[in-house]
Order: sequence, then C-alpha cells, then structure tokens
Amino acid sequence: MISFLNTPLFQVSLTLVVFITAKKLQNKYKSPLLNPILITVLVVIGFLLISDISYDDYKKHTMVISFWLAPSVIALGYALYNFIEEIKSDVKRILLAMFLGSLTGIVSVIGFAYLFGASKLTIISLAPKSVTTPIAIEVSKEMGGVPSLTVAFVIVVGIFGAVFGHSFLKIIGVKNAKAVGLSLGASAHALGTASISEKGPDYSAFGGLGMALNGIITAIIAPWVVQLAIFLLY
Amino acid sequence: MNLIKQVAIILGFWFAGELLSYITKIPIPGSILGMLLIVLALEFKIIKPTRVKLVANFLLNNMAMFFIPAGVGIMCHFKILKQEWLPISVAIVISALLVLTVVGKLMERKND
Repeated sequence: MISFLNTPLFQVSLTLVVFITAKKLQNKYKSPLLNPILITVLVVIGFLLISDISYDDYKKHTMVISFWLAPSVIALGYALYNFIEEIKSDVKRILLAMFLGSLTGIVSVIGFAYLFGASKLTIISLAPKSVTTPIAIEVSKEMGGVPSLTVAFVIVVGIFGAVFGHSFLKIIGVKNAKAVGLSLGASAHALGTASISEKGPDYSAFGGLGMALNGIITAIIAPWVVQLAIFLLY
Repeated sequence: MNLIKQVAIILGFWFAGELLSYITKIPIPGSILGMLLIVLALEFKIIKPTRVKLVANFLLNNMAMFFIPAGVGIMCHFKILKQEWLPISVAIVISALLVLTVVGKLMERKND
C-alpha cells in the first residue's frame, strides 16, 4: 500500500485533484482563506506526515509539476510584451515605485524581526523574502544567510500575499490592474502574481514586471542594506 | 505539433537565460533573464507573439499550481518557524503589507 502511495503517479494525481477541488471550493465560496495553493500545500503536508513519506520523495516525484515554474516565468515575458507601450509611457514612475518598494521591504523586515527578537541568522535569511525563489537563494548565500530557510520564508510571504494581498489592496483603495499587479508581484513574487493571474492579462503582465524588477533591485541593494543594518544593530 | 513547437520556443528562452546567467555570472537567475530575453525578441520582432501565445497563456493561467511542490517544502523548516514564529510572522506580515502600500499607492495616485 505504502509503496503505491509513494509513486509519481499517485502523488501527482493527488496534487492535481486537491488543487482542482480547492479551486472549485474557492469559486463557490469566494473566501480568500480557501486559497487553492494554501489548501493544497496543507493537504499534501498532512498526507506526507501521515503516510511517513519524506519531502525529498515527494519533491522528486512531482518534478513534472514544478518543472513548469521557470517556463511560466518566461511566459510572464510574453504577458509583459503585450503591455509594453503602457510600461514605456510610465517607466519613471514604475521604477521609482519599485525602488522605494524594494527598499521598504528589506528595511522593514530587518527592523521588525530585530525588534521582536529574531536571531541574526534569521534576520539575514529574511532580508530577501519578497523575491522570487531563485534570486532569494543567491542573495541569501551572498549575505551569509541560510538559503533553504530563505526559501521557506519566501514561500510563507508568497502564500500570505496570495491569500490576503488582494483584499488588503482593496481596503486601502488600490484598484487599477497596473497598481495591483505591480504591488503584488513586488511583495509576493510569483505566488502573488499567480493569485491574480485569472483576473486578466494586464494583472499578470504587471505582476510579472513587479516580480522581475523587485528581484533585480533586491539582488543589488539587499547586501548593502544588510551590511549596514548589522553594523548598526550588532 | 504546433503546441510542441511553442513549448520548445519557451524552453529555448529559458535555456538562453540560464546560459547568459552562467556566462556573465550576474546573480540573476536564468528564468528571469529568459523572461527579459523573450520581451526583447518580441519587441524587435525576432519572433511573433502568436508563436508562443497558446502555451504562454496555458502556463500563465496555471502558474499557481506549479508552485505547490516548492510550497510543501516548508515542512522541512517547522522547527525554526516554531522557535522564532513571533518575530518571523510579525516581520513578514508588516513588511509585506508595507510593500503593497508603497508600490500600490504610488502607482494608483495618478489614475489611468
């Protein structure tokens, strides 16, 4: 029985079926808590713990799913191209907003983690939290953080942004596709972008832009900000 | 056959991005560079948008699902998350909301 559960066929099917079911539930009840990513992640973790299957096995068996993550980042380039004129006409404001957004993200996460007593290693690993996973890993390594811990933070931020981000933006009165896309891409990378991608091609395009710009800006400034913070705080 | 070609083109851009990242040693991942390369290729009319449209839209519409295996990986860090859950969650929540506010408000101001 266990050997059947520990196969690509079973684990991929389980992931797809839970995801599809969660999506249906969300369409029916419209609650942000019924986020399909959150539900599927929780159900799969529950399944792995109960059946005593390691994460490494699951990761290997579901490569056929995760493989498409990078191609979907390439596809964001296609989405971006469709709005290239709109981006060009507003490039200064976009760059300014993104620079301030990236800086705010790094400084605030370091500051609040420090105030609430996080360890130095956790703080360094948290700094690139808003960035897409592969960039976050590189930045974390460069600054002396723990890359796999950074990945965990990136995912927590992504799920938080995907679940609550769009509702929060509605509350503070941010509504146009450009602003929603850029800010979700900036704060919660591909997961934030994915959470609004069904609302329209303009949402994905600006989500992808926000994610890419935040990734690049963070890769450049995070090491400096972290060094300065460590110098001031320790 | 058309679909296979579209997949091949998209993978080609990913590969080119990886290669560029490897050769230049810039700390930006291949997939992000590939994304920028495909924007340039489309902008300079090296490829037509219709050549990747179907597969690109399929990928964009299902992006959330491709994240699940990585998301499940969080189970490997339950220990640290449990030990430092307060500073971690406060910092993540406040920081994420601040970024949303700064970028969202700056972009919303002049309505277009």
